[in-house]
Amino acid sequence: MTATPITTRPAPRPLTKAAGARPAPLSSVPLPVSLVVLGALLVVVILAASAIGSVTFSLGDSWQIVQAHIFGGEVNPAHDQIIWEFRIPRVLLAALAGAGLAVTGVVLQALVNNPLADPFILGVSAGGSVGAVTVMALGAGALGGLGVSGAAFLGATLAVGLVFLLGQQGGKLNPVRLVLAGVVVSYVFTSVTNFMQLQTEPNNMRAIMFWLLGSVSGAHWEQLHIAGVVVIASTLLLTLYGRQLNALVTGDESATALGVDVKRLRLILIVLSSLVAGVLIAVAGGIGFVGLMVPHLVRLTFGVDHRKVLPLAALVGAIYLVIVDLLSRTVDPPNELPLNILTALFGAPFFIWLMRRDRSLAHS
Amino acid sequence: MKLQVNQVSVSLGGKQILHDVDLDVAPGEFVGLIGPNGSGKSTLLRTIYRSVRPAAGTVHLGEQDVWGMSARTAARHTAAVLQNCPTPPGLTVREVAELGRTPHHGMFDRNGHTDREIVDAALARTGMADHADRIYGSLSGGERQRVLLARALAQEPKLLVLDEPTNHLDIRARFELLELVHTVGVTTLAVLHDLDLAARSCDRLVVLDGGRVVAVGPVLEALSPAVLSEVFGVTAATERHDDGIVRVTYGARPLARAS
Repeated sequence: MTATPITTRPAPRPLTKAAGARPAPLSSVPLPVSLVVLGALLVVVILAASAIGSVTFSLGDSWQIVQAHIFGGEVNPAHDQIIWEFRIPRVLLAALAGAGLAVTGVVLQALVNNPLADPFILGVSAGGSVGAVTVMALGAGALGGLGVSGAAFLGATLAVGLVFLLGQQGGKLNPVRLVLAGVVVSYVFTSVTNFMQLQTEPNNMRAIMFWLLGSVSGAHWEQLHIAGVVVIASTLLLTLYGRQLNALVTGDESATALGVDVKRLRLILIVLSSLVAGVLIAVAGGIGFVGLMVPHLVRLTFGVDHRKVLPLAALVGAIYLVIVDLLSRTVDPPNELPLNILTALFGAPFFIWLMRRDRSLAHS
Repeated sequence: MKLQVNQVSVSLGGKQILHDVDLDVAPGEFVGLIGPNGSGKSTLLRTIYRSVRPAAGTVHLGEQDVWGMSARTAARHTAAVLQNCPTPPGLTVREVAELGRTPHHGMFDRNGHTDREIVDAALARTGMADHADRIYGSLSGGERQRVLLARALAQEPKLLVLDEPTNHLDIRARFELLELVHTVGVTTLAVLHDLDLAARSCDRLVVLDGGRVVAVGPVLEALSPAVLSEVFGVTAATERHDDGIVRVTYGARPLARAS
């Protein structure tokens, strides 16, 4: 052959430069380190929130009482009553609600592939409200003696069941249909709630408003046992699905090619997250914003890998709601504010700051 | 590993998409699957990576029936690089490649030392090792496809299935990607849209039209002027040039017939 043989291979093209987009600020921190730091912070925040109130104790005092209940020991009965009987249950409920809502928020956002999804996107909140408001407006006899919590859980279950039936197509859950069904069912249930609110006596209105806006002020130990077991177990279970959620957000086909049974995964995740959201609605009312915002906050700070986002969202959500609850009872003593008034006011500015500094959003 | 598709038929929504399709890929071979839009190419791939169950027929990988395995076992044998794979732009390159380890772990396992080595090797083979910590969303189209290929390699597949991997890539990135797949050396079945690219890079071609296999064989046989005219509707010739490369040359008036 006369053609000049090519003796050197052309150098491969240089890779494009990292144009502005950079990993989230704390994405390179190893997960165990962030877990330990946030875990320690949660303990401190819980102790502080138990110590602060109309009567304020030192951190050492509240630690001593907790220690005495766990390991045995002498306590001052008056202090014990305030801290152990009143404050600790509500602080723990706030932590549980924060963790549960943040994790179900992460799961549902991934599941329906929508950044606006929150734990209540499938009608849990609207359904729970109908149940609770029925009992509050018409009295305990209205639903065969069910209390507010029981009625709320019943309503939430009903709503999710309905959304579930409407959201499937040929035996497959379709994310878009699921979201639309959730919106429609929520509207219907909300109009029932609104109608009942208008019909009820004015002095019931305040209690109903307060419930709808979420609060952990009614927390007591007995109720905490059931809610605690359900929320902790489901939340822990959900945090194990990080790898599969990572696969799921790359699309159904791609997840299938990675060996994920997409149909089954959707079902398990919906049942678990609805259970958590339903129980939390029942014991703490409709606490909003946490389940929507904390997932984004964690992603913007630690990166979008669900293996990290799930456990970190649980801790951040817990810390966040304990602080919000502390504010709700200390900004205007002796009055208490519902949580929803503060969740957004307190969190939105920080969220806006994070959103603006994150350039990777420009590439999505 | 040898892939054997035997008399596969698929119906979706009451419409028959594939009719008794036979296809096989020998170990180490690079087979191209071509055909006009809507001829059933992607659906055929879906029966192979276990997304659409055939109404009739079998898919065998080695001696095993793909549809007799669990989804996870199948994904340890077959990896796919698909079109429209909405990878979250915030994931780092390494995290995307780590997705490939999904079928190798149960719920309680965490990635270990071996996984890290496999992912490192996959990134190195695709030339993305120096960019492991970059954000996926900041990469060019060609780089993204290389990362998705790294993800597939991290699955340690015996069979690689590619659905139009060169779509939307510029010309140099297309050649780079196909050369990369060749050097990887895994048994490959690839849907390719660009006939010239298919002709020069595949060992054999399978031509699909209306859900049926209409031609199969070495490039020059499968891509005959008759097939080009009847299936693709263009006047063109395929010939092996002096440098050993098969090229497709389109006619002066390439529209084969007024339709």
